[in-house]
Amino acid sequence: MTEPVNSAAADVSIRTADFDAGVEIDKLRRAGVGAIATFSGIVRNDAETPGLIAMTLEHFPVMTEQEIQNIIDQARRRWPLTAVKVIHRVGRLLPQENIVFVGTASAHRQAAFDSASFIMDYLKTRAPFWKKEETSSGTQWVKARETDDIALQKWVEPR
Amino acid sequence: MNILYFAWMREHTGRAAEEIDLPDGVSTVAELVPHLASRSDGHATALRNLKTVRVAVNRAYGTLDTPICQGDEVAFFPPVTGG
Repeated sequence: MTEPVNSAAADVSIRTADFDAGVEIDKLRRAGVGAIATFSGIVRNDAETPGLIAMTLEHFPVMTEQEIQNIIDQARRRWPLTAVKVIHRVGRLLPQENIVFVGTASAHRQAAFDSASFIMDYLKTRAPFWKKEETSSGTQWVKARETDDIALQKWVEPR
Repeated sequence: MNILYFAWMREHTGRAAEEIDLPDGVSTVAELVPHLASRSDGHATALRNLKTVRVAVNRAYGTLDTPICQGDEVAFFPPVTGG
């Protein structure tokens, strides 16, 4: 019942360089689609983290790429996707800068929406990244949120 | 074998990686932890509360019960906060 996984070589990009969501959407279009859903995560600049100066992201090279590819492979088995792209930046990022991009392409909008959401929810809890906040009062590691674990429950398939 | 530490665990231990020989009688991650914790005060601090520690053996998620042997890579890190 598991369909063969058709994973493109460059589904995942972990890098310091910025991305342009418009350019990424154009690349996803080339797969031939009816629907593209995207998510862009951006360094916040609001009351939740007053005085935020920068955010530094660290990761576990190789394992990060593997974990994200595993998540994408699961999404491809679950939804009919024609293309997937995940970009995650690391290093020091300023408020309003891009952090993460997830784009999914499919013939059907619900598959595109749901798979993008699925990939983000799993990325938040499985991909080995850590954020350190730099504020006017010092630096601290961001704590994991229980709500991120709870978000996964909606993807549990009934047996 | 290679031991890796990330985020605040790296800061406590003062190193991102260290090479050790598998101690005698150690066959799981849980059995390795006290040997690592005894290496310095920083190591002890990093490994004090294992509920807040995640483990990967050879770059795949494991648990404290995961078997290990000489040559394995064992990574310790806090719950992840990407995205």
